[in-house]
Amino acid sequence: MTKIYEPDMVVLQDISFEVSKGEFVSIVGKSGAGKTTLVKLILGLEKPTYGEVFFAGENVSELDGASLQNLRKRIGGIYQDYKLLPAKTVFENVAYIMEVEGRENEDIEVEVPKVLEAVGLAEKTNNFPDELSGGEQQRLAVARALVNQPDVVIADEPTGNLDPYNTYEVISLLQKINNVGKTVILSTHDREIVNKLGRRVITIEAGRIVRDEPKGRFII
Amino acid sequence: MSFQINFKRVFNFALSDFSRNKGISIAAIFILITTTLLFTGLFFLHGISDFLVSTIRDKIDITAYFKSDAVESDILTVRDDIIKVSPDVRRVEYVSKEEALTAFNKRHGESDVISRALSEVGGNPFLPSLNIITNGSPEQYENIANLLEGDEYGNLIEKVDFSEKRDTIEKVFSITSGLSRFGLLMGALLALTAAFVVFNTIKLVIENSKEEIATMKIVGAANWFIRAPFVIEGALFGIAAFLFCFFATVLIVFFLSRGLSVILPGFSLLAYYMHSLWVIALIQLVSGVGLGVISSYVVVRKYLKI
Repeated sequence: MTKIYEPDMVVLQDISFEVSKGEFVSIVGKSGAGKTTLVKLILGLEKPTYGEVFFAGENVSELDGASLQNLRKRIGGIYQDYKLLPAKTVFENVAYIMEVEGRENEDIEVEVPKVLEAVGLAEKTNNFPDELSGGEQQRLAVARALVNQPDVVIADEPTGNLDPYNTYEVISLLQKINNVGKTVILSTHDREIVNKLGRRVITIEAGRIVRDEPKGRFII
Repeated sequence: MSFQINFKRVFNFALSDFSRNKGISIAAIFILITTTLLFTGLFFLHGISDFLVSTIRDKIDITAYFKSDAVESDILTVRDDIIKVSPDVRRVEYVSKEEALTAFNKRHGESDVISRALSEVGGNPFLPSLNIITNGSPEQYENIANLLEGDEYGNLIEKVDFSEKRDTIEKVFSITSGLSRFGLLMGALLALTAAFVVFNTIKLVIENSKEEIATMKIVGAANWFIRAPFVIEGALFGIAAFLFCFFATVLIVFFLSRGLSVILPGFSLLAYYMHSLWVIALIQLVSGVGLGVISSYVVVRKYLKI
């Protein structure tokens, strides 16, 4: 698959890889290597210039609006800039995902406190995102990504704005998610995290995959 | 998931956004109030100008004086012919010689000079007449004039009192219809400008939530689920503006009515308002809620294209 931004900026070139169910894959590369574009392509936020992206057998770029939204519901996203809903409280941010899914109010009342407890935000239920620290905001984003128990969690530079302690917390949460059988795709340029994980690493340089190792290390 | 639960959800989203962003909500409502009051004002102006035009046109009448020996039945035939030519003529009144004299005496009964002059003339010097008030259209005026001036009644009619005023009448017609056209054009321009201002205010309000809309899209929310709270919020702005304007109009009409009837004798703002109450309420509701809803719908659509 190749992605070119008009007129001639090649961001990703001849990329091809497959992620199996239950895998923990780190996509590493320098800033600007094309990691975020890759995440956008998986979520259908961008379309490939050439080639195709498949999610569970479905060609993402050929899905219509409603099917694309259904696909996005099956993916929990965690982003460097958190992408929280600033006008909603911590509780409402997580509840929103369940509401989008059409879950019953009773379920929401039970599940949201549970997941907030799991990420250590039980005390902040009624706070707004801008009243939280960076680490707390990212944990809220993790809670949001987990609450619907999606098939896949995609984390795009989730620790980019966090201190080492909060980084550790977030990565531990991702490992826990993977341990219960969920697929995790982590895009990062944090050498220490990748080396500590000891899982599959796909290395991107200048838009091309230069390494894909089952127990990889961060080598750039 | 039932429609009821979904509607309750999006309604609650709208309500909490509305109350949490008080500053923005108040600004949007204020703009909608200004626009709605402007629309209401234009409606009242339309009523006043209609009243003025019809007052002027009411003064345009034609009087046909018949010969002194004309028989009443002939005069009534002419009247019927006029009604046949212009069925929607406003009024055709037959005034006999006697009625003309009585009316004259009533008006000048106490003046010695005039009663002496009358007795000097001897008998009844007045002519029987038909007093015609048209519906104000130049075509009708023309039709009646042609009928009365034609050869058919030449031997019955002494004179038709309008020829001298004809130029003036044509001028009045052209001025009043010109004024109506100008008023309509200015009103439309003002209304368009106001609608544009509302649209841009709502755009600014929603622009604040641009990132939020993108996030909702990324987490898989359906378009209607994202859009509905904004549209409902637009409707809430409109309802608030409508309620304010409705009561403000009642107060304004109540206080202005007396003063205005001094400037415009015969025109009662209060009566006009009561008569057009439902139309005015509809205009206010449509301009408030309609503009709020349509603007929100269009603006969110722009940000939903992800």
